[in-house]
Formats: sequence, C-alpha cells, structure tokens
Amino acid sequence: MNRLPFLLKDAGLAALIAFGLALPLAGFRLPDGASGTDLGFRLDWVAAATAIVFAGRLVMGLSRPFFMAASEGMAPKFAAVTRRLGWSGYLLAGVALVLPMLPFADRNLIDKATLILIYVMLGWGLNIVVGLAGLLDLGYVAFYAVGAYSYALLSLNFGLSFWICLPLAGLFAALFGILLGFPVLRLRGDYLAIVTLGFGEIIRVILLNWQNFTGGPNGISSIQRPSFFGLPFTAEPAEGITAFHDFFSLDYSSFHRVVFLYYLILLLALATNLFTIRIRKLPLGRAWEALREDEIACKALGINPTMVKLSAFALGAMFAGFAGSFFATRQGFISPDSFTFIESALILAIAVLGGKGSQMGVAFAAILLIGIPEWFRELAQYRMLAFGCAMVMIMVWRPEGLMSKRDPTVRLKGNKP
Amino acid sequence: MAYFLQQLINGVTLGAIYGLIAIGYTMVYGIIGMINFAHGEIYMIGAFISLIAFLVLGAMGVTYVPLALLLVLILAMGFTALWGWAVERLAYRPLRGSFRLAPLITAIGMSILLGNLVQILQGARVKTLPPTVPGGLILMEAEGFAVRLSFLQIFIVALTIALMIGFTWLIKNTSLGRAQRACEQDMTMAALIGVNVDRTISATFVIGAALAAVAGLMVTLYYGVIDFYIGFLAGIKAFTAAVLGGIGSLPGAMLGGLLIGLIEAFWSGYFTTEYKDVAAFSILVLVLIFRPTGLLGRPEVEKV
Repeated sequence: MNRLPFLLKDAGLAALIAFGLALPLAGFRLPDGASGTDLGFRLDWVAAATAIVFAGRLVMGLSRPFFMAASEGMAPKFAAVTRRLGWSGYLLAGVALVLPMLPFADRNLIDKATLILIYVMLGWGLNIVVGLAGLLDLGYVAFYAVGAYSYALLSLNFGLSFWICLPLAGLFAALFGILLGFPVLRLRGDYLAIVTLGFGEIIRVILLNWQNFTGGPNGISSIQRPSFFGLPFTAEPAEGITAFHDFFSLDYSSFHRVVFLYYLILLLALATNLFTIRIRKLPLGRAWEALREDEIACKALGINPTMVKLSAFALGAMFAGFAGSFFATRQGFISPDSFTFIESALILAIAVLGGKGSQMGVAFAAILLIGIPEWFRELAQYRMLAFGCAMVMIMVWRPEGLMSKRDPTVRLKGNKP
Repeated sequence: MAYFLQQLINGVTLGAIYGLIAIGYTMVYGIIGMINFAHGEIYMIGAFISLIAFLVLGAMGVTYVPLALLLVLILAMGFTALWGWAVERLAYRPLRGSFRLAPLITAIGMSILLGNLVQILQGARVKTLPPTVPGGLILMEAEGFAVRLSFLQIFIVALTIALMIGFTWLIKNTSLGRAQRACEQDMTMAALIGVNVDRTISATFVIGAALAAVAGLMVTLYYGVIDFYIGFLAGIKAFTAAVLGGIGSLPGAMLGGLLIGLIEAFWSGYFTTEYKDVAAFSILVLVLIFRPTGLLGRPEVEKV
C-alpha cells in the first residue's frame, strides 16, 4: 500500500497553514525606531517554521502505523505502572526529610527545594477545590495573597509572632473563601471559573491601590522572620533574647534559618497532604467527589451542593492562606506583583497536569514545572510558553492528567474495580 | 453637559470595539458551550497583524489612507482568521466529547501560549503607530469645553454597524447561518440531517477571529499603542459584555459591549481611573450572581 503521495499532500497542506500563520507574526520584526516602531524582516524564520512543520507532519504520518501498534499494548502497562507507584510517595517524602542532611545539600539547593514545596502545598490545596470538588478556581492566588498580607500586616501592626499569625492567616483566607464563595457557588462550572478569575484580579487591584493600608505597589518590606519557638535566627540577638545558635551552642550560620524554613514548609505541605487523604474518607470528602461526578444525583440524595462546595472552597483557601503567610515570612517582602493571574494559572497547571485528585502527581508536576525552570534560568523567557504548550498537550492527549486517580475512593463490598 | 456628551461619544466608540470581540465569545459559547478564553489573545494577534500590515503598506508606498485601511482590514481579517481556525483545530477539536472543563483548561493554556509566543516573537516593548486618520468635527462648545467627534470615531462606529448588519444577514439568510443555528440547537441532530458539524464550528471560530481582528485594527488606530498584554484585559471585558448581554445572544453581545464601553468611559470620566478595571469585574460578578442569563439571554435548563 503506497500512502506516500497522500502523506506528502497532507504535510504540504500543514506546511502551507504554518506558512500563513508564521508570515505576519514571525516574518516581520518591530524594533524601536527613531520615530515610533520600525519594520524589519525575518523571512528566514518563516521558512524554518514551514520546513519544521512539513517535516514533522511527514514523520508523524510515516510513523503512525508503528506508533499505533506500539501504543496498543502500552496503555494497560502504563496503568499498571501508575498503580504500583504508591510506594514512591513514601520514597519521595523520605528523600525530602533527609535532604538538608545530605552531603551535597547547599543553601542554593535547599532554597529551591523550599520554593518547590510552596508550590506543592499550593497544588495540594487547590487540588481540594479542583481535583476533589471539581470546581475550577482561577483566582486561587487571591487567597495566597490574603494569607501573605494578613501575616505581614498583623506582625507589623500588632507585633504578633509567626506562630500566632499562621492560624489567623489561614482563618482569614478561609473567611474570604466563604465570603467570595457564598454568592458565586450556585453558578455552573465555567461561569464560576471566570468569576473567581475576576475576584483574583479585584483583590490584586485593591492591594495595588489601597496605598496607606497595603503599601500599594511598593508592597510591605522588613516583615518579621520566623523564630524557632522564640529563639531567633540572628547573629547578634537583642538584649535578653537567646539566639538559636547560642541555645544549642552551635556556631552561627545563616544556613540554619534556610533549613528551618525548609522543614517548616515540608511540615505544612505534609499536613495538607495528610488532611486531604483523611478527608477523602469522611462523608464530606465523599460528598465532594460525588458532587464532582454528578450534581443532580447529589441533590436527589439530599446533599446540599452549595454548602458542600463552600466547604471545599473555604478549606482550599485556608491552605493557600497558610502557604501565603509562609511565603511572607520567607521572603521578608511582599508586593502585589507576586500575586498575578499567571501565578493562579501556574498553580492550576500543577494541579491539572499532576492528574486531578492525585497527590503524587501534583508533587511530580510541581518539581517539573517549578524545579526545571529554576535550574535553567537562561530559558526563563520560554518558561510560560512551555507551560501553555504543556497545558494544551496534556489536555489533548491525557485529559485525566499525568497520573490520574479518578476512580472512587470508596467501593461497596465485593465490587472489584 | 458638554463633558457628558464627550464621555458618551468615547464610551460608544469603546463599546463598539468591545462588542466586536464579545460576538466571538457569544457565538462560540452558543454553538459548543465553551468559554474560548484564548479569544482575547486572538484579538491581540489581530492588533499586531494590523500594525505590521500598516507598516508594510507604508514601506511599499501605499499612502492613500482609505485604500490602506481597506487593505489592512482585509489582511488582518484573513490572517487572524487563520489563527482562529488553527487554535480550534489544534486545541479544541480533539477535546470534543471530553469532560466539561477540559476545553476551558486548554483554552487557558492556549491563551498563555499565544501571549508568550507574541512576546517572544515581537518583544515585550509597546509598539506605536502614528495617527493615521487625523481630524474631526467639533460638535459644540460650552463652558470652554469643546466636544470633539473625530473622523476615526465615526469610522469605528460606522464600520461596526456595517459589520453587524452583514453578520446578522449571514446568520439569518445563508446556508452557513442556518447550519450554525442548527448546531446551536442540537449538534447530533444537525449531523444526522447532513450538516457538517466540524466545518460549521470551524467557520464560527473563523468569523469570530475575523471580527476580533477588526477590533484589533480599531484599537491600533484609536490608541496608537499596543503590546502583547492587551488581550487579557480586553478579553475579560468583552467576555463581561457577552455575559451582560446574555451569552449566546448576538444582539446581546453588542448591547453588552456598548454598556461596558459606556460604564468604563463614565467611570474614568467622573471617578478615578485606578479602579476602572475593577468596575468591569464587579459588573461581571454582579450580573452572574443576580441575573446569570444576562439581559437578553434565555435561561438554560439542565436535563438529566
């Protein structure tokens, strides 16, 4: 069977479309000229794009028969591998626990691991809303911001310590979740997504413009750093206060604080994870998953959808609040720039790519999406491009996410999967 | 009074632009029930293509303004429509029949992808176009304040009205319009009686993108400044317009666009500009809470 002419024609058509797409946007440059924007040419880029699409389409067409044959046997195997990955969670947690004690662990590595863990925690928090309850929240970063600003303002204005502010920040974020969620949770899925997006932006604009309360675009600086049960991590503590290194008779090292922050976020993240795992077994967690699958059936069974959704929304927001107050204490400085829509999209990408409802998948996705760009700083420009691309491709090829776990948590006796 | 009239003129101009983008949202929602989040980015691409077309024509020596406008209009509509088609083909068509939120997530990904693609290809700096359609009328002068109606504003509103008339005719009287209305009611049934559903949906995206390109052209002319980030906010506002008018309803989209434009013009005219964007978001939230069907929309009944 000779499929080559057909494939060539197909590839030619794809190349023609690529040419049309690339010609206006890639074919011309718009450099800054003396009097406004100038025009430059870059037709070689168009030729390259066209050639790449032609070759790619041809190779795809030629390899399709082999690929189809190979992938037929793959799907069940892949599922089996995913199922057996259960132990890898403990392995990952174990590695995370001993990471600062490993010989190659330096300040840089621990800093990056801390950043990844913040996103793991945010991913797990959003997973409650998106993965379990099936509510698409595009303004999750608003609660993160509420947590961060609550801690910063409480500690600056009232001198409260981190450990008192942490639950307060979570509480405030949850309160915000309830306030925002109450009117909008009656809406259908995609409307809800847009409204949460709107709320996220409103909160950011308010933070930006409410100068004398939030500091406006300058943000809040010199936020109090956390202490180890009252023992601060400073080289020269104030009169009458024992520093961490004095208490344990160690030499002062700035590494102590980094490691302490790392363990703090690890603890918070694992608490989020444990909470999620446990609540999935409770009636509330079961109601979330049932609601995600079929709202009308839930109503018929006497579940109040608004209250159930509201609880998911508030709990998800609470974990974002915890993460936010940790973020504030780690950075020592916050401004509205840290809480843009892109941040929400990033957290959503982590939760979705990881496989909605899968805890392990979220951790892997956070390492992938936050860790890799951290190590390849020079590629930062292409980072968001790759995010967008990954979100589209994962949805097209594996709509359930990389490691999907959409099967019900609870089964009737004898009802084997 | 004079100040009021001036804000009215500005608001109607702005509303025409939002209305054109809103039609893209409302048509796509009507036919496949998804929010095409990347539509704002398509509008941004339209603005860039218009700017490039202007500069290319200028370099080629086409200086007669009406001819240049016509050519730019055709080029921008054509190329942007191709982008709209490609987005649908690559990102949305494979997901038909997937779970409900899947296309929305892809659309967000596509929006991020397109925004950053343009940023990488054309740089993050703002691009400027010198005023192309100068001049205007002074309608009245009172209390030392002159009410201006520029030729550009007349052009924008006139072109929008013309496109509206043409578009309504297309939906009412052509076979494509009939196919679109059929798909909107019941896609499976439409396929059974011989409507090519995929092609109809593609055509919807192409028309929506072409109208967004016109809006992009208008913004490039009106403000003279564009950058890769304009799509996000304009997209949200146009979506608000579509929801306000009743999503799925074409006259609703136009009415919603007009209202959003007017609200924004009066807000920045009489209050502060700082919270201008919050106004649009707040309206969106309030409309969705109190009247989710919008002004002209039909209530949606969910069946088991």
